[in-house]
Amino acid sequence: VRFIKSQIRLQSTDIISTVEFNYSGELLATGDKGGRVVIFQHEQESKNRPHLRGEYNVYSTFQSHEPEFDYLKSLEIEEKINKIRWLPQQNAAHFLLSTNDKTIKLWKISERDKRAEGYNLKDEDGRLRDPFRITSLRVPVLMPMDLMVEASPRRIFANAHTYHINSISVNSDHETYLSADDLRINLWHLEITDRSFNIVDIKPANMEELTEVITAAECHPHQCNVFVYSSSKGTIRLCDMRAAALCDRHSKFFEEPEDPSSRSFFSEIISSISDVKFSHSGRYMMTRDYLSVKVWDLNMENRPVETYQVHEYLRSKLCSLYENDCIFDKFECCWNGSDSAIMTGSYNNFFRMFDRNTRRDITLEASRESSKPRATLKPRKVSTGGKRKKDEISVDSLDFNKKILHTAWHPKDNVIAVAATNNLYIFQDKIN
Amino acid sequence: MFPKGTKRKFSDSGEEAVSSGDQGPAASSAAARTLSSSYSLQRQSLLDMSLIKLQLCHMLVEPNLCRSVLIANTVRQIQEEMTQDGTWQIMTQALAAAQCPTDRLVATEVLCRQTDAAAQAGQSPKPYSVVGVEEGYHSEEVVMEGDVEADVTMSTLSPVSPQLSSASYLAGPFGMGPCWEEEEEDGECEEEEEEDSEECVSEGEEGDGDHLSADSRTGEQVFGTFEIKHPAPPPDPALEELFSDVDPSYYDLDTVLTGMQSTPKMGPYDLLDSLSSHGPTALSSSSSCRSDLNELDHIMEIIVGS
Repeated sequence: VRFIKSQIRLQSTDIISTVEFNYSGELLATGDKGGRVVIFQHEQESKNRPHLRGEYNVYSTFQSHEPEFDYLKSLEIEEKINKIRWLPQQNAAHFLLSTNDKTIKLWKISERDKRAEGYNLKDEDGRLRDPFRITSLRVPVLMPMDLMVEASPRRIFANAHTYHINSISVNSDHETYLSADDLRINLWHLEITDRSFNIVDIKPANMEELTEVITAAECHPHQCNVFVYSSSKGTIRLCDMRAAALCDRHSKFFEEPEDPSSRSFFSEIISSISDVKFSHSGRYMMTRDYLSVKVWDLNMENRPVETYQVHEYLRSKLCSLYENDCIFDKFECCWNGSDSAIMTGSYNNFFRMFDRNTRRDITLEASRESSKPRATLKPRKVSTGGKRKKDEISVDSLDFNKKILHTAWHPKDNVIAVAATNNLYIFQDKIN
Repeated sequence: MFPKGTKRKFSDSGEEAVSSGDQGPAASSAAARTLSSSYSLQRQSLLDMSLIKLQLCHMLVEPNLCRSVLIANTVRQIQEEMTQDGTWQIMTQALAAAQCPTDRLVATEVLCRQTDAAAQAGQSPKPYSVVGVEEGYHSEEVVMEGDVEADVTMSTLSPVSPQLSSASYLAGPFGMGPCWEEEEEDGECEEEEEEDSEECVSEGEEGDGDHLSADSRTGEQVFGTFEIKHPAPPPDPALEELFSDVDPSYYDLDTVLTGMQSTPKMGPYDLLDSLSSHGPTALSSSSSCRSDLNELDHIMEIIVGS
């Protein structure tokens, strides 16, 4: 477990709803409840402060989605960005997919740091020159200008989802991607917006028989024919697109048998999986349910290989958490670049990191009060017993409105991004 | 721990009672459960809370389907357990006999009145099937099966009020109550029956004319209990005209439509959708749909005033 030191806090005007590093880690995208996307760029290390990695500064901001009104149902479609996924970089421009409940958009983010001067047909301020006054031809010259970062929507993938989109995932072929809503999963080609293939459909013929929904889906990082999707009943299905056009029948079915001694009316709710992520290696996958994170070996379907308790002390509070709806909070989880550690959020602005090798874990807090900039983060502890030690926090004084649902880990370095409501924290390892 | 103002629930300290009650062999724990009043109270309060959540979620902009499904499953679980205990019948009979205060948890009251009507009709009380709630799921269906390009198909009613949710509990998509099938008194079959009840919507039209009127009456009674929040507005003539050629067996729409105008952002209940999904014509006649849609569009414009 590494101690993450030094922090940067960036405040947004809206609740941050998704956080995602790009493939190189140079860019960090956030989406918020107001439909905006803000991209941060990693500045190169400054020579003045060699002990510090470069900071992340705002690179581009744009409005990705607007609120819409569905006239047929008389319902508003929220502009909140549910997920952002980067495409691998193929040229100078960057591409990302962003989605709200209904529509996915492909954005191109490109830099412009030069402009042409010396046009023949128009003046510097754009006015057309009088043709009779043009006596000679000149070649326009490219002059440097202040860097401008432009974001433009290149594709809009709409009208394919009846239910709310919860996941998008770019395939390893870099040509297709999948989008999942509560009951269906569609496969798209990045170039084609008017058509998508439905590859999973769990909608029952009679909606009254509905007892299970899709909660998350992801493409395998290396095998472009494999994807997984998780459900509200705590199961994960792995599907192979080569087997059939409609992957309603899974290739593998992952479920941990229930522990009968801990059964309660809330058992199903807390088993509902809120996030599923493949490891970078593609050998494992991780699932997050309400109280724990589980690591599964793709070759073993009957139980996870590792289970980490995130906040077991909440088990005795499930009834209250059901009453205030916190039990339905959807926490995400993420791997570090080498798959040796995993991270997920909790309440009271706490987030947890687990080292898979040493089996050690740590609880940290993302808040401005907790530490000064560039100070080492202090580990936190929640007291579960009767006696509360100094510096420990009792379960009853946890703030359940301060929840960390979204976290991201840099694909190569020890840099993490943690979204705490409308604050984005970036923590880095101190280079020593 | 709680946001300000929330009462500490007795249930937290009693939580252990719930879990511990589940340990041990089923038979003895079942007996223990019926004896343990704190457990029953606990369970009842959980049931009430869940039903309220289900009703409330129809008042949100668009209910979170995952959350609704999980709550509905919880209700079903409790109901199954209570049915096995025999507690369910006791509760419904007791409440039917007593005077129900209007500000009592309405969901349970709705439940009871319904049961009462059925009992009068000579049928045994049915475990509450989450029929009405699941209707909310219908509403989401906008796209035609297999037609991903279509923006629109059937459906659409304009906004629906919270009263509708209770009307649905009562009325079901076909204007029937949560289904009362002719069932045996045999306790063993109850679980099966419960499943049947969820599918029985299409079979529910067992010529219960009396039953229907009983339902509409109880519907109005329930609307009465909601009186503080949502008084039922008068039916809109444009809408009645729209539905005038709908199959008369769905006549409970009147009750439904009266609630429609009150809140713009209402939980989705696409009655047309649920009607069509049970009918043979639903997906095949797209051309007739389109002309209907134009008509609908026109009427929508009138209603929305845009």
